[in-house]
Amino acid sequence: MNNLLTISPSPHIHSDQSVKKIMYTVILALMPALVWSIFMFGFDAVRVILVSVVACVAVEYIIQRFIMKQEPQITDGSAVITGILLAFNVPSSLPCWIIIMGAIVAIGIGKMSFGGLGNNPFNPAILGRVFLLISFPAQMTTWPASLHSAVDATTTATPLAIIKHGIKSGQSIVDVLPNLPSKLDLLYGNMSGSLGEISAVMLLLGFLYLLSKKIITWHIPVFILATVFIFQGILCLANPSQFINPIFSLLTGGLLLGALFMATDMVTSPMSVRGQLIYGIGIGVITVLIRNFGSYPEGVSFAILIMNGFTPLINAHIKPKRFGGKK
Amino acid sequence: MLRTFKLGGIHPAGNKLSAGKPIEKLPLPKIVFIPIAQHIGAPAKPIVQPGDKVKVGQMIAQAGGFVSANIHSSVSGTVKKFAPAPDSGGYPKQCIVIEREGDEWEESILSKEENGDSLDAKTIIDRIKQAGIVGMGGATFPTHVKLMPPPGKIADILIINGVECEPYLTADHRLMLEKGEEIIKGVHLLMKALKVTKACIGIENNKKDAIKHLSELTSDDPEITIVPLKMKYPQGGEKQLINAITGREVPSGALPIETGAVVSNVGTTYAVYEAVLKYKPLFERVVTVTGKNLNKPSNFLVRIGTPIKDLIEAAGGSSLNGGKVICGGPMMGRAVNSTDIPVAKGTSGVLLMPESESKRGQEQDCIRCGRCVTVCPMGLEPYLLANVSSKKQWDIAEEHNVMDCIECGSCSYTCPANRPLLDHIRQGKKTVGGILRTRKMKKQ
Repeated sequence: MNNLLTISPSPHIHSDQSVKKIMYTVILALMPALVWSIFMFGFDAVRVILVSVVACVAVEYIIQRFIMKQEPQITDGSAVITGILLAFNVPSSLPCWIIIMGAIVAIGIGKMSFGGLGNNPFNPAILGRVFLLISFPAQMTTWPASLHSAVDATTTATPLAIIKHGIKSGQSIVDVLPNLPSKLDLLYGNMSGSLGEISAVMLLLGFLYLLSKKIITWHIPVFILATVFIFQGILCLANPSQFINPIFSLLTGGLLLGALFMATDMVTSPMSVRGQLIYGIGIGVITVLIRNFGSYPEGVSFAILIMNGFTPLINAHIKPKRFGGKK
Repeated sequence: MLRTFKLGGIHPAGNKLSAGKPIEKLPLPKIVFIPIAQHIGAPAKPIVQPGDKVKVGQMIAQAGGFVSANIHSSVSGTVKKFAPAPDSGGYPKQCIVIEREGDEWEESILSKEENGDSLDAKTIIDRIKQAGIVGMGGATFPTHVKLMPPPGKIADILIINGVECEPYLTADHRLMLEKGEEIIKGVHLLMKALKVTKACIGIENNKKDAIKHLSELTSDDPEITIVPLKMKYPQGGEKQLINAITGREVPSGALPIETGAVVSNVGTTYAVYEAVLKYKPLFERVVTVTGKNLNKPSNFLVRIGTPIKDLIEAAGGSSLNGGKVICGGPMMGRAVNSTDIPVAKGTSGVLLMPESESKRGQEQDCIRCGRCVTVCPMGLEPYLLANVSSKKQWDIAEEHNVMDCIECGSCSYTCPANRPLLDHIRQGKKTVGGILRTRKMKKQ
């Protein structure tokens, strides 16, 4: 009998959680929104998603293999997620070369420059998207009409853009409302916008799946959405002719996509519930401020990036509840 | 709603392969290696010489200080020599080696219990001390010392630990099912020793038959409450169990008596009954021998000092090629490098792990998922403690309460990136513990 024994310190068992499993479960959770985007935007959606994913994976592979001279980790699925999320944040008409530039910034700067998975302070997909928004504002704010749009036009404005434009030109909310899609349309995704942000239902489906698999917890999304609802609600109550009601706020723009899938990115969000509360409130407040008082119709991406920046400070000073500690 | 402790915790698969196996007496070993240090505190001092004839239950080593325990022979026969045998940590420890002849017990050990109603606290504690009883859940703290709280600290509740939260282990479960009446008598003896009138027996909900049995036995007893608990690891940890049953939190750096609670394992409680009412010293215990590739997972009544290879053989044996042999449970037990290790007072189980489950996963960079923070039952930040310990930043480790860690392993178990968090944290605890001791000595 061969008596060679293995020795290592305890514990000797491990849960079935792994980085790969987490990443692939997230990819699965993004599928409902992905399918909807193809339904709404057809071949263009396929093009954008494919180019984004392939570009992100390729940039990661090239940097890991030839610059960092490490074993490429592209099979862990994280670059694929960045690719999908980047695609979800752009219009379906975005030219391929711009998407590739976004991928280079997202993966190259947003991730690899800081040391790869786990070491980046900013959400890579959002970093890529904000870079594109600032560098190519025209292409990034031109939204093609969906294949099933009732309006017979090649491009339409997003609901938030309609509101911003209307208020700026002196109209009140009451005047603007008829131009907006109905709440039902907003809910299931019959509106104009970036690939992944349009359907609340599809995003929520994916989110519930992630919750059931215990990949993420409910805290960050709830803190963000509750803050937006309350803050926008206060503004709306104070001056209903200038500020849209909070239900519209929740269902329009990239708020749901951002709150459910991007602010919850583990690497760039705080690690304690108390920290996540501050993070969520911060994102909610900044989003409402930019949407209502800024020039941009949409503010979620900037809000998330700013709070990503505060995460290290939050982690260092907001400590979890200790057992037997001083209260 | 079942009670449980508030912070953290994990839910590993139970794998209680031996839960249905009644306790069997292991065939007596030919030779035993009885360690003189199988308890917290000073090692015991041998009082026998090679060549001496001894009986079962005869004292062979005396407590070496206030925090120490007597050691008794587990077999009758001849003392052969003093020799080192490896302990579960891998270090050779001094043992008294006895060759067995027959099975002759000390005459003072009663076969029928005597009536304990008239015994006072001092007598009870003295008999426990004489019998060399230590915490049999694994901590091996001398029980008589635990029953004498420091001046100013009063106990108001006795908690009996029937939780057995480690996967695979079933010794305490079987003991509660088969020796329930004796355990209840032991509880009353401990209550008298501590001068408390309230006792709670905490049992996890995966042992419904034990809960039912003990509830029936105590249905007319106003002083003892059976508390079923929601399954969660590490509920058997003293601090977590006190929190689950009473809601109290042991303050950082303090002992459980600070909250008025004293915790005792069911195995220890049974040993207390045998010691006080039958004058039987601690020389045998129930050990679970288990594992997925073991032929007959079992619960054996084993004499202290029996090499664990005897247990493995009695359980049907197994090819040990490349796998692990673990003394204890899979979360906090120690993987050993030899099956010559003797069973000691704190050995609750021998677990054989197949080779396919014995290798750690590939370590990756921390993805800052925060799961380790979520599962830590002490509310610490394992990723941070591991990080600074590996960088030898001992002041930061101390500042972030590394000494509060109970080494339960929940963090390493959960980490999706397979980071060896507990390895680093243990290093941090060892070093910071040394720094604190030095600082204390310098002050005096």
